[in-house]
Amino acid sequence: MTETNFDVIIIGGGPGGYVAAIRAAQLGMKTCVVEANHLGGICLNWGCIPTKALLRSSEIHHLLNHASDFGFTVKEFSFDIKKVVERSRGVAKQLSGGIGHLLKKNKVTVFDGFGKLEGSTKEGGKVSVTKDKKPVASLTGKHIIIATGARARVIPGMEPDGKQIWTYKEAMVPTEMPKSILVVGSGAIGIEFASFYRNMGAEVTVVEMMDRVMPVEDAEISDFAQKQFKKQGMNIITGAKTSKIEKSAKNVTVHVEKGGKTEKITVEKVIMAVGIVANTEDIGLENVKGVKLDRGHIVTDGYMKTGEAGVYAIGDACGAPWLAHKASHEGVICIEKIAGEKDVHPINKTNIPGCTYCMPQVASVGLTEAAAKEAGHKLKVGRFPFMANGKAIALGEPEGMVKTIWDEKTGELLGAHMVGAEVTELIQGYVVGKTAELVEADYMHTIFPHPTLSEMMHESVLDAYGKVIHF
Amino acid sequence: MPIKVLMPALSPTMTEGNLAKWHKAEGDTVESGDVIAEIETDKATMEVEAVDEGVLGKILVPAGTENVKVNALIAVLLEDGENDNDMDAMLKQEATPAAPPQPTKPTEKKTMAVQPTKQANEGSRVYASPLAKRIAADQGINLSNIQGSGPKGRIVKADVANASGGGAVSAATSISAAQPVGDQKVNEWGMVYTETPNNNIKKITAQRLQESKSTVPHFYLTIECRIDDLIRTRTLSNEQADGEYKLSINDFILKACANALKAYPAANVAWTDDAVRQYVHADISVAVSTPNGLMTPIVKQAELKGLKEISAEIKDLAGRAREGKLKPQEFQGGTFSLSNLGMYGIKEFGAIINPPQACILAVGAGEQKPYVSKDSGGSEVKIGTFMTCTLSVDHRAVDGAVGAEYLQVLKTYIENPAAMLL
Repeated sequence: MTETNFDVIIIGGGPGGYVAAIRAAQLGMKTCVVEANHLGGICLNWGCIPTKALLRSSEIHHLLNHASDFGFTVKEFSFDIKKVVERSRGVAKQLSGGIGHLLKKNKVTVFDGFGKLEGSTKEGGKVSVTKDKKPVASLTGKHIIIATGARARVIPGMEPDGKQIWTYKEAMVPTEMPKSILVVGSGAIGIEFASFYRNMGAEVTVVEMMDRVMPVEDAEISDFAQKQFKKQGMNIITGAKTSKIEKSAKNVTVHVEKGGKTEKITVEKVIMAVGIVANTEDIGLENVKGVKLDRGHIVTDGYMKTGEAGVYAIGDACGAPWLAHKASHEGVICIEKIAGEKDVHPINKTNIPGCTYCMPQVASVGLTEAAAKEAGHKLKVGRFPFMANGKAIALGEPEGMVKTIWDEKTGELLGAHMVGAEVTELIQGYVVGKTAELVEADYMHTIFPHPTLSEMMHESVLDAYGKVIHF
Repeated sequence: MPIKVLMPALSPTMTEGNLAKWHKAEGDTVESGDVIAEIETDKATMEVEAVDEGVLGKILVPAGTENVKVNALIAVLLEDGENDNDMDAMLKQEATPAAPPQPTKPTEKKTMAVQPTKQANEGSRVYASPLAKRIAADQGINLSNIQGSGPKGRIVKADVANASGGGAVSAATSISAAQPVGDQKVNEWGMVYTETPNNNIKKITAQRLQESKSTVPHFYLTIECRIDDLIRTRTLSNEQADGEYKLSINDFILKACANALKAYPAANVAWTDDAVRQYVHADISVAVSTPNGLMTPIVKQAELKGLKEISAEIKDLAGRAREGKLKPQEFQGGTFSLSNLGMYGIKEFGAIINPPQACILAVGAGEQKPYVSKDSGGSEVKIGTFMTCTLSVDHRAVDGAVGAEYLQVLKTYIENPAAMLL
């Protein structure tokens, strides 16, 4: 008979839940994960990972288009979108299977079904598991972690239909290549799909409500990226909103309002990427009165505790930023605090990096220049362009920038913002430093390897203090 | 020739030390008397002063280097008109020690004497993030007083912010409410406490006391001294001082201890496995309580010094001990110790021997009580001021009878201070 009594029950097997489960098992807790769909969650199955596989294909397409720049004569090439999608699905499948093995290896029990809280006492709580509305198991656990994630936000009147109006999910598995696409929203999800479809040859329009794309990023970086997108032929409309969508048999006509004028844009497909909402319905929160919601997200303290003893929430379910690595880290904090480990600290949200895999890539950590000023800091700002970096030129990627923001008084790294090739791999160099509280002198004294893109990170620091060498 | 700067010895026994910090950078002008570096031993941090002047040409041992041998070349000072070539030539020569000496050519090589000037008894290394250090330095906060909350107790920005009363640095954490405040901790039984990391002085004192009490066979001899004459002599002396000095009871007792050791040297000894050492002079360590821990500065050759001199010396040594400015040779060594808790009203106590010394005298408070006086031939009851002295003795070096006889001599000097003049 399957065990039904656990130290820790985790509802949701995404990057928050499965990481928490492995950490709990490492610390000797009897742990189970209840997962309704796929281990690895959205991130691994319908988010981070499969989109990276798609973007790799579009990057190769882009390079083939510029093959002559590198001395190649490519007379003819084409792609099969089905095979591109197939590869992406294969990558997701491989990794999801990997999570299953990891959990098994760590002796974490996995329940295939939908978990629902059935009540909680100081001694523990109850969780029911159902599959296709049939009961699978009834579990009891000392600690219950809600890691149910989030889903795409829906705007009334523009509900995705899965055919002409897509969410990320349909956009990830096109059966044929659309000729034209309109993306509503230019956050990470929207701009990545815009980038993918543009590089694969579609006509792409992006509609953003704010005055610039990727509005959470530093304004200078947004502007830089926006120029690049436009150069690639993307149609970007900022400060605008979509007021209406009219569907016909073959096309969709989107009404875009800007400055009191309405423009009608007709495309084959629309991708809705206007944010996400937490999955907090139907999971039995009514049975645990201490769990409070704030604008749809579960309220927790720095150690992920909700107001209900023994009930915790991590990841997208408990609020922004909606990032897999934030969910994983919260899972670890939550478990280690439960286990009474030493040196457990709440997340410092300014140390959470963000990466967007559009072309050019965007990566950042900490405060934007505007936010840093608003917080009352006197600033030193450094910038270094890709076009002055040897490796960037050799790669044929001379467009980008590394910007760093320092507190003039203390030398604290307040923020780092990058746009350009491979910056998503570079940003951790600043994240480590920011977490360890390095100051500008530490970066100045660090020897960066040559020739690398990372040299720009050094130069950006030097530039902030008037010591830049190569620019 | 450029001037060599060598690793100084901070005490006669020092063989190596850590180069904690350079106060001058290469290319800086150095004036005689400038502090150029900080050297750290297990007991103290000392500043090193330049004796010569010139330009600091090259730092050969970077800051933070541990276990630098005494007399190792740590830097080169360029004199007027000298340049890097002179320095390179000298360093080259330095690097080939096998080269035969050149007796025909008078060597002009000068070695710069460096002298330790000041020490800060700051204890062990403080672990803090670079940002925390920067902010603490800016705000004049002493990091050694802060409990770190980072990995392995490292002090981070938020700890400094807490120490400076928050506010100064806004910690951008999440909505968390349950963060530990300040440096209070709770033990496994729920008792709330704070922790002060042990500095080197505390660690060494603890180690030596434990060693003493567990390896030195202590025994204790207690004697009572009437100090009416001593008090009278002190009052008279101070009246005549005209503000030039002010003798304390303790000054008299120290002088009495020294004179008694001179008169009865069998108590001025130390035990070693091979032999008993008989000291020639009475170098008396005086226990001084300081913010950093217990220090024992030494009044050397006290048997040769007058009360006025002893008084001034104790005042100076104790003052500098409290400020953490003693030189190692001023507190390391000694042949006999004196600890006085009389000012706290302690009647009597037994002190722990300060090895390798063999004796420590613990002095209690003076108190008035009736006694039988035979001064006028017959017996009569009088009121006198009495003070209890307890001698802790290392039985290996000093036997009971020897210790007792020493105390008798000491009592004579204390009860009859005029005898000290003889």
